Amino acid sequence: MKGLKRNIDKIKPHFEKGGKLEKLHSVFDGFYTFLFTPNETSRSGVHIHDSNDSKRTMITVVLALMPCCLFGMWNIGLQHYLAIGDADRNFFSLFFYGFFAVLPQILTAYIVGLGIEFIVAQMRGHEIQEGFLVSGILIPMICPVDTPCWMLAVAVAFAVIFAKEVFGGTGYNFLNVALVTRAFLFFSYPSKMSGDHVFVQLGSQQAVDSFSGATPLGQLASSSDGAVTLTNVLGDPLTATDIFFGFYPGSWGETSTFCILIGAAILLLTGMANWRIILSGVLGGFFMALIAHNWASPLYPVSYLTPFEQLGLGGFMFAIVFMATDPVTACRTNIGKYIYGALIGIVAILIRVYNTGYPEGAMLSVLLMNCFAPLIDYCVVNSNIRRRMRRITVKNS
Amino acid sequence: MSKVIKIKKGLNIPLEGAASDEMTDALSIKKVAIVPDDFPGYTWKVAVKPGEKVSKGSTLLYAKEDPRVCLTSPLSGEIEEVNRGERRKIMYVSVISDGESRKENYDKPVGAESVKEALLKSGLFGMLRQRPFDIVPFVDIVPRDIFVTAFDTAPLAGQMIGQEEYPMLEAGLEALSLLTPGKVYLSVKKGSGLESRIAETVEFEGPHPAGNVGTQIAAIAPVNKGETVWTLDAETAVRIGRLVNTGELDFQTRVALTGGEMKNPHIVKTIIGASLEDLLKGELKTGEGKIRVISGNVLTGVMVNAQDGYLRYPYRQITAIPEGDDADEFMGWASLNPAKYSVKKTFPTFLHGLTKPFKFDARVKGGHRAMILSGEYDKVFPMDIYPEYLIKAIMAKDIERMEQLGIYEVAPEDFALPEFVDTSKIELQKLVREGLDYLRHETL
Repeated sequence: MKGLKRNIDKIKPHFEKGGKLEKLHSVFDGFYTFLFTPNETSRSGVHIHDSNDSKRTMITVVLALMPCCLFGMWNIGLQHYLAIGDADRNFFSLFFYGFFAVLPQILTAYIVGLGIEFIVAQMRGHEIQEGFLVSGILIPMICPVDTPCWMLAVAVAFAVIFAKEVFGGTGYNFLNVALVTRAFLFFSYPSKMSGDHVFVQLGSQQAVDSFSGATPLGQLASSSDGAVTLTNVLGDPLTATDIFFGFYPGSWGETSTFCILIGAAILLLTGMANWRIILSGVLGGFFMALIAHNWASPLYPVSYLTPFEQLGLGGFMFAIVFMATDPVTACRTNIGKYIYGALIGIVAILIRVYNTGYPEGAMLSVLLMNCFAPLIDYCVVNSNIRRRMRRITVKNS
Repeated sequence: MSKVIKIKKGLNIPLEGAASDEMTDALSIKKVAIVPDDFPGYTWKVAVKPGEKVSKGSTLLYAKEDPRVCLTSPLSGEIEEVNRGERRKIMYVSVISDGESRKENYDKPVGAESVKEALLKSGLFGMLRQRPFDIVPFVDIVPRDIFVTAFDTAPLAGQMIGQEEYPMLEAGLEALSLLTPGKVYLSVKKGSGLESRIAETVEFEGPHPAGNVGTQIAAIAPVNKGETVWTLDAETAVRIGRLVNTGELDFQTRVALTGGEMKNPHIVKTIIGASLEDLLKGELKTGEGKIRVISGNVLTGVMVNAQDGYLRYPYRQITAIPEGDDADEFMGWASLNPAKYSVKKTFPTFLHGLTKPFKFDARVKGGHRAMILSGEYDKVFPMDIYPEYLIKAIMAKDIERMEQLGIYEVAPEDFALPEFVDTSKIELQKLVREGLDYLRHETL
């Protein structure tokens, strides 16, 4: 490593001010700090620092996403081979089918997103910030497997520029970048983002006769009464185990509640996600689902789902664990976090059940509450201010 | 029985190199210096010339804004140097000991006015601090209350005063009680057995920053806008007690030599402003790596040079840690090293054992970022204040918001632990100091 360091140090002057590759300074610095933790020592204030930094933070979140990501890849393969009636394959052929199906999307998201980050960092003379490391893997995971790469590229560019960079970059955005990407896709290209044909990749193969590519929530949304039995792609009924482990079609990273819980455990143990948001989000969703289920009506077929099915299906848990807990766009005060999480849970189920136009409401709910998070915090902080003011008035009276 | 207050939020950083109980005398100090920067709030002017003879207690510097406030010489000797930096700013005034024991004499004060006068004349007034602004107090503002802390919870901090000094502490508290219409509060560590008859004793338990006077004020009686309180440590109170009781001016202090780079961490009895060349002779480990010597603790201390540095005020501790600027750590963000300390548990720290001391170096350990994670500061910040919002108000220079969010209650040291745990590596203490200075210049 010493040799590598020496060689890099040798080319470093080219990238500094006045060097011939000055325009690539941010890119160079990005890679340099990726390889070697900076030797910078503290000059003011505390002399020692906690070892956790922004890079470690982001990498921990990416790690927490891995169970969902790997399972999702395998599940893409499973759904594909089920659909074409050739499911009797080994683990690796299922996994690699999915892996190669989503690899272009992951690469697209990273290349476009990080490319913009690099350019903006250079323009502003900043260091490259790591926020997109998480967004880049999140974005493909919450999209249908058949999303065309060019659409993804357009959406990522829109989200990174207009939801993040115009506000100042990582740490200053008020909307979750991954969700803005998803919302952009959802409203710009609805035919590619929902329906029966986007969640299971068939490729050029012919599906078996009994095949239906609708997601469980899609099946409900398009039914006319509550007597629907949820089925998998072959028309067999879904069991509770199927729902918990995620053996059904959907946005490929979101289906497995089991893997999401593993991710949640990693985030909570390392202190990267806030338990208040997750807890109140789940309780809020459960509460709303309970109400909906109690007054179920054929007008709103999704209301027939039990609360546990509501939590286990679709992107609800994924949104609560990985989206709602994004510290930059969530509430920053502890009391605010309870309110924020609970409202996300409630609104998500509310949209899902009572707005039959959208089969899934978790994404919109998080985006909506992103907008309200500063207001919630404002109220919480103001109560602290009022308490301080009251102290003076009590004294003076 | 005194009141017990339990501080729940906070953190004791397990730093290696705690001082043993062994106490040695290093009173034969040849050189001392007073650094004006350690006494914020006033512009200091030099009262002496190089070569001039001074006694213990002679005025070295006085405040431009109020000449009654002065800083005095800790020993009798000769002025060696008035060191000036850029734009003729006074860096320090150094005194070389002449081995004699000339000293200024003080009458035993009677009554509030004469106590204040004695404090001003002896220079002990400069060792007090006031909130708001964390500066040397304004002479004519009568403080609402006076807060004295008798223990230090900072990493590796030593015991502040010995039992033999309790009578003088009591005398000091009595003198202080004349200077405020309110109360004098003495904050002690729970179970220390120290209890004052004059001052209201409050026992504290819990992790650092329980010993910070800011934490104690917040828990006892927070400072409101328009109010002023004085703060000091028990060591200064003992000095005041000795002055009013015996007319003696006492500049002795006990300093803990701590940190992993000290050969033999222990306590030294010495005087304020002692030159580190004398104090640290043979104490530092001699190895390959660079050593960072800090006058004070690792959270709030100032970096000093072991050869030509001095023991700075108000610190009672010298900490030596590795500088670490040659570490060249490869892909540190992916490290599985269990010896890396993080409150976030993103490193396999548990393999190392959570109570075992860690070796820290002075690296920042990451890039500077905007505030990303939330609630980090709150976990180690035991006041009823939203630190993130206060910091943002300071960054925005929004005076009204700073006032509303409680800037009058804080000092830079209160933000030391948040700065330590901060993932975004923001220089919080510097920001708070700038905010306090800005507020002072705009509002006074």
